[in-house]
Amino acid sequence: MSILIDENTRLLVQGITGSEGSFHTRRCMEYGTKVVAGVTPGKGGSLFDGVPVFNRVEEAVKETRANASMLFVPPAFAADAILEAADAGVPLVVCITEGIPTLDMVGVLRYLKEKSTRLIGPNCPGLISPGKCKVGLMPGDIHMLGEVGVVSRSGTLTYEAVAQLTELGIGQSTCVGVGGDPLIGTNFVDLLRLLEGDSQTKLVVLIGEIGGTAEQDAARFIKSEMSKPIVAFVAGSTAPPGRRMGHAGAIITGSSGTAKEKIAALSAAGATIASSPAEIGITARKVLEGSA
Amino acid sequence: MGSNPTPSVFSPFMLHEEVNLFQLEITKRGVRNMKIHEYQAKEMLAKYGIPVPQGGMATTPAEAEEIASQLGGKVVIKAQVYAGGRGKGGGIKTAESPEEAERLAQEIIGMRLVTHQTSDKGVPVEKVLVEEAVAIARELYLGIVIDSAAAQPVIMASEAGGMDIEEVAAKTPEKILKAYVHPAIGFQSFIGRKLAYGMNLDPKQIRPATQLIGNLYRAFEDSDASLVEINPLVVTPDGRLLALDAKLNLDDNALLRHRDYPELRDPGQEDELELEAAKHNLSYIKLDGDVGCMVNGAGLAMATMDIIKLVGAEPANFLDVGGGANDEMVTSAFTILLSDPKVKAALVNVFGGILRCDIIARGVIEAAKQIELKVPLVVRMRGTNAEEGMRLLAESGLPVILAQNLKDAAEKVMAAKEGRLTV
Repeated sequence: MSILIDENTRLLVQGITGSEGSFHTRRCMEYGTKVVAGVTPGKGGSLFDGVPVFNRVEEAVKETRANASMLFVPPAFAADAILEAADAGVPLVVCITEGIPTLDMVGVLRYLKEKSTRLIGPNCPGLISPGKCKVGLMPGDIHMLGEVGVVSRSGTLTYEAVAQLTELGIGQSTCVGVGGDPLIGTNFVDLLRLLEGDSQTKLVVLIGEIGGTAEQDAARFIKSEMSKPIVAFVAGSTAPPGRRMGHAGAIITGSSGTAKEKIAALSAAGATIASSPAEIGITARKVLEGSA
Repeated sequence: MGSNPTPSVFSPFMLHEEVNLFQLEITKRGVRNMKIHEYQAKEMLAKYGIPVPQGGMATTPAEAEEIASQLGGKVVIKAQVYAGGRGKGGGIKTAESPEEAERLAQEIIGMRLVTHQTSDKGVPVEKVLVEEAVAIARELYLGIVIDSAAAQPVIMASEAGGMDIEEVAAKTPEKILKAYVHPAIGFQSFIGRKLAYGMNLDPKQIRPATQLIGNLYRAFEDSDASLVEINPLVVTPDGRLLALDAKLNLDDNALLRHRDYPELRDPGQEDELELEAAKHNLSYIKLDGDVGCMVNGAGLAMATMDIIKLVGAEPANFLDVGGGANDEMVTSAFTILLSDPKVKAALVNVFGGILRCDIIARGVIEAAKQIELKVPLVVRMRGTNAEEGMRLLAESGLPVILAQNLKDAAEKVMAAKEGRLTV
């Protein structure tokens, strides 16, 4: 198995004709992802590398039975595009777009509560189930089919972690970048739950960073509901405090935004901490050998 | 009031005639909240009917004197800086006369104000707000932010106003009332009443307070703020409510529908190199160490800083060139990195994905041509077009130390800084 995407994924791309959309759609197709449709309002009826382009998502889904969407729509229109995909009943929407106004996402996340659509992102690199399907920006060739699930708030740091795993001969089941924005559709806990239930996954690598409480939430879930081992790294131990968080924002999160607090919470929940970003792969190998 | 709660998410910002203006590339920008001054925040809140003290902004002692004499009576001179804790740092003073206002403004304008929110060097004061002094009976707190866990705006109110609200939250969290605003319903009067009664206001203040909270919420929503705060919101002895201080941070992501916001920015309050970086759409934060680094992606950039520290050095900066960088952006980034005089060695760590390693290599080579490279440079490249990037660097004739992986890179930059390793 794997989670969220596999060989049965039929991908549609919103914003397929834009420069980023077309570039990454081609990379996904090269990897083996079944891209069945594109959507760009006004360009319906045309073809993109043999893939039919539609004006609207609803139409595209009806004609092609697409069951996932990858979104490269500019930030001013991205909220609208996510809502359109959810309205059309697309079960999985992966929003790559960075820079969506926060208040737009407040409305989007509320709307999604009434729908069965799962949103990954926004401001994320996407996800990959190695050897099966890639929906995102990550370089496909650093991945390898295997038993480690990777969940991360970062893009390139995830590539770094995955490359370390692959170099040690440790493959991955599914790797997901949840996105760097404060408001995201799918969080660590959602993904840990899916990976806990995935028979292919034997270990999970979690890559966190400073800000928010996602790592503490994950730690609570790990302690109470995860049977699979976790290896964690939290970036930003050297980051200066107060550069991103406003005064009142800190009321909500308190001092929990620091790397130290997050590492302590994950460690107390039983996760094995990689103390250096260069040791994520090695730490995973040690834990896998220990649990074998 | 509360009759027009349309959430901005459904507002007509998606008008199609604006398409061309908004055809922005999806580029990596640092998540930053744009700050504005107190006097600007008060001007904005006043437009929403929120009562603020009378006053004006002055950039010279003479202007301060003029405003003070227009106001008549006792005035308060407040340093305008992007930091809190101004009172304790000597940035807020009371004057009995216009002459005293001029003298105090003379002292404050031009000083470097050090508070618990600034570095030891403080921030420069170029402007002061001259306001009527207000008699205070009670000090309250009002603030609005987006609670990311709940994915909803939350309005916070407290009777413990005028204090460091983080401290109140940490020590006596029960003193902070919270009310969430449902995105489909928007602000409603009952939310305002809940907070107004919760703050134990006088019966005759309930209605104006409810109205004020509603107006504050509309200001927050219309301006796409990431934070709005009135601390303190005072009750005067005659029972009026007044926003004695105001803070408004704007969501950088929403600049696309507020094209006038960049004009509100005060470049004098920001680090010169950080401003230069922002111009090129780069995310740069200056730190105190001596190992400069340039990385693609915020997470990897932070991890690179972490590993620099782990090998015993201190990072000089955070610099994320992002995913959509071109040669020119990389050249600017590398130039900015090297203009920090503290930098004794530089590390370029790139994991090519969207961003190709050969683009980074070309940018670095171009920058090194423009400015003399005086410090050792360690480069580690992986991912898309890494071999091409490494080849370009090797053939450029630049004294570049190539590294195999993250650990190797960190160890080499440390060794190079200490003169133990040369090309």
